Amino acid sequence: MKVKEKEKKENIPLTCGAVITQPGSTKKYKTGEWRTFIPIIDQEKCIKCGKCWMNCPDGAIFKTPEGKFMINYAYCKGCLICEKVCPVKAISHKVEEK
Amino acid sequence: MSEKKVISGAEGVAIAVKLCKPKVLPMYPITPSTLVPEKLSEFVFNGEIDSKMIHVESEHSAISALYGAYATGVRSFTATASQGLALMHEILPIVSGSRFPAVMFVANRALSGPLSIWNDHSDSMSERDQGWIQLHCESNQEAFDTIIMAYRIAESKKVLLPVMVCADGFYLTHAYEPIQIEDQEKVDAFLPDYTPEHYLDTTNPKTFGAFAQPNSYMEFKEEEEKAMREAIREIIKVSKEFDKSFGRKYGNGLVEGINLEEAEYAVLGVGSVCGTIREVIKELNEQGKKIGLIKLKSIRPLPVEDLKILCKDLKILGVIDKHASIGFGGALTNDIRSALMGEKVKVEGFVAGLGGRDINKEKIKELINTIMKNKEGYWLK
Amino acid sequence: MKQVLFLGRGGQGAVTSAQILAIATFKDGKYSQAFPNFGVERMGAPVRSYCRIDEKEITLREQVYEANYAIILDPTLVKQLTEKVTELIIVNSNKKPEELGIVTDAKVKCVDITSIALKVIGKPFVNIAAIGAFSALTGEVSINAIDEAIKQQMGHKGTLVEKNILAIKEVYENAKRE
Repeated sequence: MKVKEKEKKENIPLTCGAVITQPGSTKKYKTGEWRTFIPIIDQEKCIKCGKCWMNCPDGAIFKTPEGKFMINYAYCKGCLICEKVCPVKAISHKVEEK
Repeated sequence: MSEKKVISGAEGVAIAVKLCKPKVLPMYPITPSTLVPEKLSEFVFNGEIDSKMIHVESEHSAISALYGAYATGVRSFTATASQGLALMHEILPIVSGSRFPAVMFVANRALSGPLSIWNDHSDSMSERDQGWIQLHCESNQEAFDTIIMAYRIAESKKVLLPVMVCADGFYLTHAYEPIQIEDQEKVDAFLPDYTPEHYLDTTNPKTFGAFAQPNSYMEFKEEEEKAMREAIREIIKVSKEFDKSFGRKYGNGLVEGINLEEAEYAVLGVGSVCGTIREVIKELNEQGKKIGLIKLKSIRPLPVEDLKILCKDLKILGVIDKHASIGFGGALTNDIRSALMGEKVKVEGFVAGLGGRDINKEKIKELINTIMKNKEGYWLK
Repeated sequence: MKQVLFLGRGGQGAVTSAQILAIATFKDGKYSQAFPNFGVERMGAPVRSYCRIDEKEITLREQVYEANYAIILDPTLVKQLTEKVTELIIVNSNKKPEELGIVTDAKVKCVDITSIALKVIGKPFVNIAAIGAFSALTGEVSINAIDEAIKQQMGHKGTLVEKNILAIKEVYENAKRE
C-alpha cells in the first residue's frame, strides 16, 4: 500500500501523446547521490584541454568564464571517465563520504 | 468540380486524399493498394496537390516517415496492405500512443503464407489492438467518403487517434463503379485545417517519444482507451454532419442494421461482402423469410451498445469472419460474442473468404440455412 | 441486371474492356460495375473480367457465375468458357460459329476483330474494338458513350484513342451486317 501512495504523490502530468512540453526536465533529477567515488580536479596540474568536459556522459563538468573546468557534484555520478581521459593525470578520486 | 464518374476504388481513395490536402505522402506500393500511391504521385507531378511524396524503402519506413510528418504537425497519409501492414506493426502503437491523428488506407489482402495477393481481413484484423480506429467500407463511394470522415474523426480534439480506412482488395480497389466526387470547397468547409497542440518547433522545443515509467505508462494507455470510447460519440457526430453536407450516410457511422424488424435470424458482415448479403436477404424476403443484416463498419471502437440494441430481438446471429485467429476460431466472432454476452441472441461464427475465396450468394444462403436449423458455425469453404 | 464476361489472354486487355464498358454504360445513364477475375495474371494466361449493367444501383459483389453475354477476345479460348451464358457469345474469329464447336444454348456470333484492328490500328489491339461488336449485337451501350469512355480512360495515349474509335466504328458496322 505504501508504494502505491508514493507513486500517486509523484503527480505525473498526462499530456496528450506523452509529450514533454518543458524540455530539459532531466535537470530536476539530481543524480549526485548515486556516487561511490568522487573525482577531484587538481587545478594546478590542469592544462585546460577540455577532454573531461567533452567525455562526461552526464554533462556534469562545466567551464567557468575564466576558462577553468569544474565538476557539478549535484549531477556527477562518479563514473570516473574524466579521470581515465585526463592526459596529465590532473583528476584523481577518493571514496565518497556520505 | 463535383461529378459522378465510373473510376476504380483505388482512384476514388486517391482523389478523396487529394481533397483532404495532406502535406506529406510517404509511400511504399504493395498490391492491391498500389493504385493509390500511383494516382497520388500523378497528382503531385501535375501540381494538383501541394504535398511532398517520399519514396521510402519499406512499409516500416513509410509509417515511420508518417510518424515524423505528424511530429512536425502536418496532415499526412499513407496506404498499404497485407505484409506491408504487418511490417508496420512495430510503429502502429507508437503513432496511436503519440496520439497522432494519422489516416492510412488499407487495401485488405491475405497474409502469407502460402503467398496470396487476394482479399481477406487477416492483415487489418491482426492489428485491431494497436490503438487505431478501424473503419471498413462496403462500396467505393463509402471508401471515398470514409477517407474524408476519417480525418475529421481522427483530428477531433476529443479523439486524436489514427484511423485505418479498410476496403477489400480487388473487390473494391480494382472494381470500377460510379463515385460521386465532391467539390474542394465543400470538403474544405467540412474538414477544417489541422491545428495540433504539440509539434516539433525549434522556438518552442518539446520532447516526443519520451519514456514512461511503470507509474505513468498505464495512465497514458487508459487515456487512449477513453479517447477510443469518445470516438464512438465522435464517429456518430461526424457521420451526421457528413450526411448534412454531402447527403450520404452509412448507418450511424459505426454499424448499420438492415431489415432487422421482425427478423429472428441475421448475418453480420464486414466490408464488401455486405453488398452480396443485401442481395440474398432481398431474395429471401420475397420468399417470406425474414433475415436481417448487420453491417459492421467500425471494428475499433467496437460499438457494443449499438450491437446490443440491433440484436435484441434476434435468435441467432451468423458472423462472417474473413480472418481466422488460428486456434480460437474467428477473431471477429469472438469479439461479437463477448460484446453480446448476457444477451439472448446466440452467435455462430463462419470463417469464410480467406485468401480471395469468393463469398457468393450460394454460400450466404448455406450460412443462413445453417443458423435457421440452429446448427453450429464452421469454415464456410 | 445484365452480366457481361470478357475472356482474353493476359496482355490482351480484357480488364480494360470491362472498365471501358462500365464507364460507357454509366454515360448512357445506367448503373455499372466492372472488376477483374481474381486469378493469377500472367502474360498469355486466360484472363476473365466482368461488367454488370443495371437500371438501379448494384450492390452484388460476387464473381460472375452465369453471364448474359460473353465476349471471347482470342478464338483459341472458346473451350475455356466454363460459365453458363444465357443470351449471346461473341467470338473474335474469322470462322463461322458452327465451326468453333461451342456447346451452348446461347446464340454465337463471330466477328473478325483482329483483321479490322490490324487494318485500322496497325496492331492486334482487339479489346476496345470488341465493345463495338457488343454494342452492335446487343444494343446495351451506345457507340457515342464508348467513344466518351475511351477518352476518359485512355486520353493520355494520344493517337491510339482516335485509331481505337475508328476501329470500333468499323467493327460496329461489320457486326451489324452479320
